Amino acid sequence: MGLILAVAVALVAIMFATGNTTPRLGVDLAGGTTVTLKAVAPKSNPGAVNSTSMNEAVSILQQRVNGMGVSEATVQTEGSDTIVVTIPKGNNTNQIAQEVGTTAKLYFRPVLAEAASGVAVSPSASASASAGASKAAGASASASTQAKGAAAGSASATASPSASKTQGDAVTGDLTKATASAGASATHAAGSAATGTAAAAATPSASASANSTYGTVPADLAAAFAKLDCSQAAQRVDYQTAENANAVACSSDASLGYYVKYALGPVSVPGTDISSASAGISQQNGGWQVNLNFNSAGAGKFTATTKALSGKTSPQNQFAIVLDGKVQSAPSVSSAITGGQAQITGSFTQQQATSLSNVLSYGALPLTFTQQDVTTVSPELGSSQLTAGLVAGALGLALVILYSMVYYRGLGLVAIAGLAVSAVLTYSIMCLLGATIGFALNLPAVCGAIVAIGITADSFVVYFERIRDELRHGSSLRPSVQRAWPKARRTILVADFVSFLAAAVLYFFTVGKVQGFAFTLGLTTLLDVVVIFLFTKPLITLLARRKFFSEGHPMSGLDPKRLGVRPPLRGGRRPVETKEA
Amino acid sequence: MSRFGNIGHRLFTGELSFDFVGRRKLWVALSGVILLAAILGLGLRGLNLGIEFKGGEIYTISKPGVTVSQAQTVANKITGDNSSVVQSASNSSGKQITIQISAAENVSTVKAISELSSQLGVPANQISTQVIGASWGHDISKKALYGVIAFMVLVTLYLAVAFEWRLAVGALVALLHDMVITVGVYALLGFTVTSGTVIGFLTVLGYSLYDTVVVFDGLKDATKKLGTQSRLNYSDAANQSLNSTLVRSINTTILALLPVAALLFIGGGLLGAGTLNDISLALFVGLTAGAYSSICVATPMVAWLKERQPENIALAKKVKQRRSAEAKAAAEGVVLDQADDEAVQDNEPVSSGTGGGSTGPRRQPVNRSRNDRRAPGKRK
Repeated sequence: MGLILAVAVALVAIMFATGNTTPRLGVDLAGGTTVTLKAVAPKSNPGAVNSTSMNEAVSILQQRVNGMGVSEATVQTEGSDTIVVTIPKGNNTNQIAQEVGTTAKLYFRPVLAEAASGVAVSPSASASASAGASKAAGASASASTQAKGAAAGSASATASPSASKTQGDAVTGDLTKATASAGASATHAAGSAATGTAAAAATPSASASANSTYGTVPADLAAAFAKLDCSQAAQRVDYQTAENANAVACSSDASLGYYVKYALGPVSVPGTDISSASAGISQQNGGWQVNLNFNSAGAGKFTATTKALSGKTSPQNQFAIVLDGKVQSAPSVSSAITGGQAQITGSFTQQQATSLSNVLSYGALPLTFTQQDVTTVSPELGSSQLTAGLVAGALGLALVILYSMVYYRGLGLVAIAGLAVSAVLTYSIMCLLGATIGFALNLPAVCGAIVAIGITADSFVVYFERIRDELRHGSSLRPSVQRAWPKARRTILVADFVSFLAAAVLYFFTVGKVQGFAFTLGLTTLLDVVVIFLFTKPLITLLARRKFFSEGHPMSGLDPKRLGVRPPLRGGRRPVETKEA
Repeated sequence: MSRFGNIGHRLFTGELSFDFVGRRKLWVALSGVILLAAILGLGLRGLNLGIEFKGGEIYTISKPGVTVSQAQTVANKITGDNSSVVQSASNSSGKQITIQISAAENVSTVKAISELSSQLGVPANQISTQVIGASWGHDISKKALYGVIAFMVLVTLYLAVAFEWRLAVGALVALLHDMVITVGVYALLGFTVTSGTVIGFLTVLGYSLYDTVVVFDGLKDATKKLGTQSRLNYSDAANQSLNSTLVRSINTTILALLPVAALLFIGGGLLGAGTLNDISLALFVGLTAGAYSSICVATPMVAWLKERQPENIALAKKVKQRRSAEAKAAAEGVVLDQADDEAVQDNEPVSSGTGGGSTGPRRQPVNRSRNDRRAPGKRK
């Protein structure tokens, strides 16, 4: 008993010390939005939904949500195939919900035209160049290092980073033919960007170049392209309508110091045609590169695309890697790449190469997500639901206490004390779990806690009735308490085990709301066992020594007369009972 | 209460005894009728699935002064027809209106919110929305179904190990019984099935078994040393154990139901329809069915199975012989009326051979070993 009280006190102390004095409230109680997404594996690959792909999806979604400027959003997997995005109140939840719900789409599209957009986040071109460079090749990198890196990666000395005038160096590189593939010895330099523009990135004239549009904007995109201002976060969204239609797009970041807008042709290779992508060290220059493998369909399309692109001039010799409508990278091509393998080289850091390869591998997830449920709860509704839950809990508790007092008298006090200990433990554990594993108390969880009052009370009933049974046999209180315990213990353990099993099965087989409920139920069932073993039993043993109980005071709930035992029989029967028990 | 306590004692000693096990036919008939009604209801009426199962949007507005008809007008304008369902419920902070629009209407959430907001004068951020894909409900029920099946398999295995397979079968039958009844009540009364209902329904599993396990535990005790006596057959012993644990069963059920009732009352009374209400309604129905089935379905079922065991057939035969001998003795006037005092109790196994009769009219034992101590008098 001392142990459990010490534990309870310790938990409460930790709770106050860490400042987690209230449980984390779920969206339905605090207000906010949850988006439930379910992964659907394509028919061709039913095993695609696995923990690796789910974790990748979570990290992509987390990036997306963070990219939208949402504070404290959480992205979690639930079960094997469900992802829940929780967005706290105070955000523009509808737009977020819509964007989060859309499937990650990765396409290779030919670049038709490009231009810097929303010119010069920083008017100083050298600053912007170094900003881009630092992302690409380390803090000290400059445009010249990029050029060097790119040049080193390709046989063609004329290669210069097309990135310097397009978007970020980070996502730019030249494509070289896979050395493994036949006829791969020839390196296809990218960077056919005019040296003038390459220099522009490194010179103060960057802003000037940013204002110019390179390439030809197709007529159907002209208006949209002209209007598009990628420096506005609200405009950096997915403009793609159909795979076979042209589209405008923004670069995914402003690594050059400004965003770049693109006019893109129809999809030439969908991301799903990439069979794998990995980051690796280039054998030619020792720098980081991204290795791409296409499946057979993709290889054909890629060959055709590169063949077509290689004959064009900058910027139309580039293809854009478009993820969710944003251009991640736009490498240029100078000749057809056959064989289904390719490398994107450039001045990548390991992290950049890995991140781009992740985008290529998982950006077009092998999974489609269906939006199952989007719930937005206003703070007002949340608080009124919380109030209702608390009132219901208080009322339920009051009824249970009343019943225990009326029926069990003095023993009822034991039950109340047990419930109180249980409540303190449950509350403090919930608070601490909220801080540690992100357990959020939602309405079903509150409901589970209320239902659990009954489970806890049931254990007391089982024990009390056993004690009364023993009394009815004519034993006096102290032996009764001792003898009732092993029997009550077994019943309680078996019954609680069944309850816990139900909660555990619920937890593992379900998602979202149901899981919250199952978690609370399982937790309280465990606590019930702890409380009855370490608190109620010792307490009753102690109390049995008190006159009030041992002499069966009418108010103790253990009065043999009230239980119907005829006192005269007690003396005579006791030895017999002892033998039989 | 002391009177009730007395009943507890009289049930315990067997002085007061309900013949649960013997009335097997009654329970079969009763459960049969209920189950038939439930299945018919399910077959003919089907379940009234909530919007969570069909897909669509739910908008919740809590603003004083907005009436259902106002909301309905706006909702009709949004959908272009009158397919939306508008409900109101009053809660602590005033009235709350929910508008359900089916997914088939293909209404843009953003548009609907702005319409509602401008027409009803409610700030957009005070409108709670829930947009549900059509697969959500089906998905959650499919998972729930897997959960139910997994639970049943596991729990049957566990009970088969902890008790024995016959008890596990009894528990399983009782569990299925409760589930069908719960689902049937929903079908018959046309309550809307929501994800909250599914939660409540799943909780019934654990709870219904809790009761059954408490009863079985007593049963196991009471029938442990059955083979060593010839006074009671298995059904008698089972019935006696049921009676002696009846108060316990009733109390655990009442105490489990009280918080659920509070939830139902608050959920229904203060919040109107909502998660609390849905969970507690399913729980309430399921728990009530569970209390009934633990006593009137599970145990008679087990007794029926056990009576088919060779040793219990032999026992029943022995008991029959003994009883006819007793009856004969009684007819000859050799009556000793002390029997009432020494009932066989669940934790005082019949091994002593001194137990009294249990079911129906009290048997009058002939030979008593300790009857010299007994006063035949009445209880107080």
